Amino acid sequence: MPDPAIEIENLTKEYPFGFLHLKKRTSLEGLSMQVEMGDVFGFIGPNGAGKSTTIKLLMGLIFPTAGSARILGKPISDVEMHRDIGYLPEQPYFYDYLTAAEVLDYFARFHDLTAADRKDRVDRMLKKVGLETARKIQLRKYSKGMLQRVGLAQAILHDPKVVILDEPMSGLDPVGRREVRDIILELKKDGKTVMFSTHILSDAETLCDRVGVIVGGKLRGVGAPGTLVDMKTLGMEILFELTKPSNVPLLSSATRTGECYRLQVPEQELYGAIEQLRGAGARILSVSQVKATLEEFFMNLVEADRAQGAAVEVSEQ
Amino acid sequence: MKSEKSIAWLLLFVVPLGFAGIWRMQRRIDAERASITEERDEVLLRSPKLVKAMSLEYAPLLADIYWTRVVQYYGNKHLRGQANLDLLWPLLDISTALDPNLVIAYRFGAMFLSQAAPGGAGRPDLAVQLIQRGIQANPEYWRLYEDLGFVYYFDLKDYQKASAAFLEGSKKPNALVWMKIMAAKVAAEGESFETSLFLWKDIYDTSADPSVKKNALMHLQLLTVKEDCKQLDALADEYAKRYGKRPSRMSDLVQAGLVRGIPRDPLGFAYVFGASEKTELNLDSPLLEKQLMIERFRKYVP
Amino acid sequence: MRRAGVVALNTFREAVRDRVLYNLVFFALLMIAASVAVGQISIGIEQTVIVSLGLSAISVIGLLISIFLGVALVSKEMDKRTLYALLAKPVRRSEFLLGKFAGLVLTLAVNTAAMALGLLLAMLYVKHSLERSDTVVLVAVYFILLKLALIVALALLFSCFTTPLLAILFTVGLYIAGLYVQELRNLPIEVMSPPMSAFTKWLSYLLPNFENFNVMAMAAHGRVVPGALILQNTLYTVVYCTIVLTAAAAVFSRRNLK
Repeated sequence: MPDPAIEIENLTKEYPFGFLHLKKRTSLEGLSMQVEMGDVFGFIGPNGAGKSTTIKLLMGLIFPTAGSARILGKPISDVEMHRDIGYLPEQPYFYDYLTAAEVLDYFARFHDLTAADRKDRVDRMLKKVGLETARKIQLRKYSKGMLQRVGLAQAILHDPKVVILDEPMSGLDPVGRREVRDIILELKKDGKTVMFSTHILSDAETLCDRVGVIVGGKLRGVGAPGTLVDMKTLGMEILFELTKPSNVPLLSSATRTGECYRLQVPEQELYGAIEQLRGAGARILSVSQVKATLEEFFMNLVEADRAQGAAVEVSEQ
Repeated sequence: MKSEKSIAWLLLFVVPLGFAGIWRMQRRIDAERASITEERDEVLLRSPKLVKAMSLEYAPLLADIYWTRVVQYYGNKHLRGQANLDLLWPLLDISTALDPNLVIAYRFGAMFLSQAAPGGAGRPDLAVQLIQRGIQANPEYWRLYEDLGFVYYFDLKDYQKASAAFLEGSKKPNALVWMKIMAAKVAAEGESFETSLFLWKDIYDTSADPSVKKNALMHLQLLTVKEDCKQLDALADEYAKRYGKRPSRMSDLVQAGLVRGIPRDPLGFAYVFGASEKTELNLDSPLLEKQLMIERFRKYVP
Repeated sequence: MRRAGVVALNTFREAVRDRVLYNLVFFALLMIAASVAVGQISIGIEQTVIVSLGLSAISVIGLLISIFLGVALVSKEMDKRTLYALLAKPVRRSEFLLGKFAGLVLTLAVNTAAMALGLLLAMLYVKHSLERSDTVVLVAVYFILLKLALIVALALLFSCFTTPLLAILFTVGLYIAGLYVQELRNLPIEVMSPPMSAFTKWLSYLLPNFENFNVMAMAAHGRVVPGALILQNTLYTVVYCTIVLTAAAAVFSRRNLK
């Protein structure tokens, strides 16, 4: 069995703060997980959960208080390993006095590429992220979404084996998100390993082979989006309208939106409920299954955390 | 992390080796520069008015800086035994113009501007000018009158004016009572051993400045030597009267019962009779060099 | 090394595209031009005035650039987070620092050369011809450049562990202290207590001695600077910069980026 693409062992990061740095705030606590070769891995958590911290630790931008991590079998302190890694920082920003083509060329120079190869790759990347018309414009005139595209281009410019993206969808319009999604799927098709963080769950559900959920600096679960959540039907949802006023007891547990009511009942009570509603003169609009989603799993964790009063990290900064 | 550690190790070597190299190179550069630049102490701005105008609201601070330069300048020159103290006056002039209440500068100036070379600049006229300016700015400070009297007494030998200065000072608040006595004594006797001794001793006891103190101590010692020599010569005359010949060495005086034990200078070196049959300092005494230096310069000073 | 070169060239490119730089150089050239005017009214010492004013202008402008841009070299990249994407490339942090340093020194070299050319033109205008002894002006300019390189290294070191404002203050403070190192050595140490005088002596060798590079007076009077001094000053700068940059690399490679 080959080495996993990313191995993280007991990774912990504490930030000292306060007077004389005597107090400590834990941003990441004993994170252990693996990302297999060729997987698309989603790293999910609310803002400030420790996603960016983990990614920055992996990229050697900050140093762990404890624990270690390996990428492609090499320790993260090994600079040469970066030849095979692409990284998109959160809210990327680049030298604003350069044009998109220049900044990509600059980054390409750190890899051993010939001038012709560099030019070819820069052109291809600009086309891929849809910036070929803006290539000669200085980055100071770029919008947030355009910068995100430049960031994506520089992350995959050198044909890396592992691509780590920090919030790749943020700041993008629906079209942009669609394009990023396509790029990630394309990378997967090419056999690359992709790890990306997001707080938008639908992205993770549709793209990822596996996801890891992190809340409050702790990993709460890792697995395929399907296995992570119990996919059994939680119940049935009935959507109906009332044609005349009524005081059926069921109504008290229904939620009203405009003229429309929604009622959730266990599967075995579905028919009884429909009978009752019809008796009250209700018009049934639809009946559908309710499944647990990643979102609910996620929300439950956050809720549980809050209930415990455990400190959800204030900030990753 | 790996690269981190290697850099930290590198630092352990680079810092000591590097600074050892820096030390050697700096010495070479110093030597090289010393050979190409002649000694130049320059006071760039000699106009106190201009300096004051440029100092904005920081004149007192600037005065302190100039004052430090004075001490440094004097210390350097003195250390190398150089007699040329041309810049002492402009530096003091600027310091006191910037801060007229910088009393220490007037007092220092009185001492070292007036004193003959090599100890001072040999300009008692400028010293008087400086002190008079000091008195104008600090009329209640009696010590400045003491200094004025001092300059008149020692360097200008004008005992009338010295007496007047002591008398004027004695009327100021807190003036010590000896000022009045000194005024009378100087007016009556002119220069005398007691007066000189007293004045130097007062300077030595009251000054905090190490240069001033050292200078006063030297003068006290030389003054004592001068007086000792005078008395020993008198004793030698007495000996000659008794025995019909001059004593050839100090032990003759002891044997004759004229002195008790071999007389010694303030540093503990025995006095000797020189070729001229007068009492002289021992060749080994460090005071001899100072005495000769002062005498030699005195010849050149008009 | 090659990668440090890439960073250096980009740093140079950044400076070239920065308009502030042109303003400063323009200001320096203006001062040199003004020195021609001042020179004309100071009869007999035209050349002295032009050379000392011109060299002063080059030095002051160079100091401004090296202190402010030197501190900004790293802190700006951290502040704007442009460093993140870069450090994910196969670049060591020490290579990045070295590149930044080299880039700014290159920028300063080009700037100083441009201003020196202006100064030579001004001298040519006044004297109508240049003599062999005028090469001392070039030596003086070279010494200014050495001094600026040392200041950039110091600014870089300070900006690696403190805020930009404090780094500027530290650099300026050390520069001023470095000008008075000679004075420190001339202090009458025999009046101090032994530990104090030992401390003063050590300090005078630890601090960078900026007075080493000052040959303005000699240049103004057209006197020859010996080759040995040129060599020693070059060596001094190289060794001192090595120490400071190694320290900066040691600090920076441990630093957590926010």
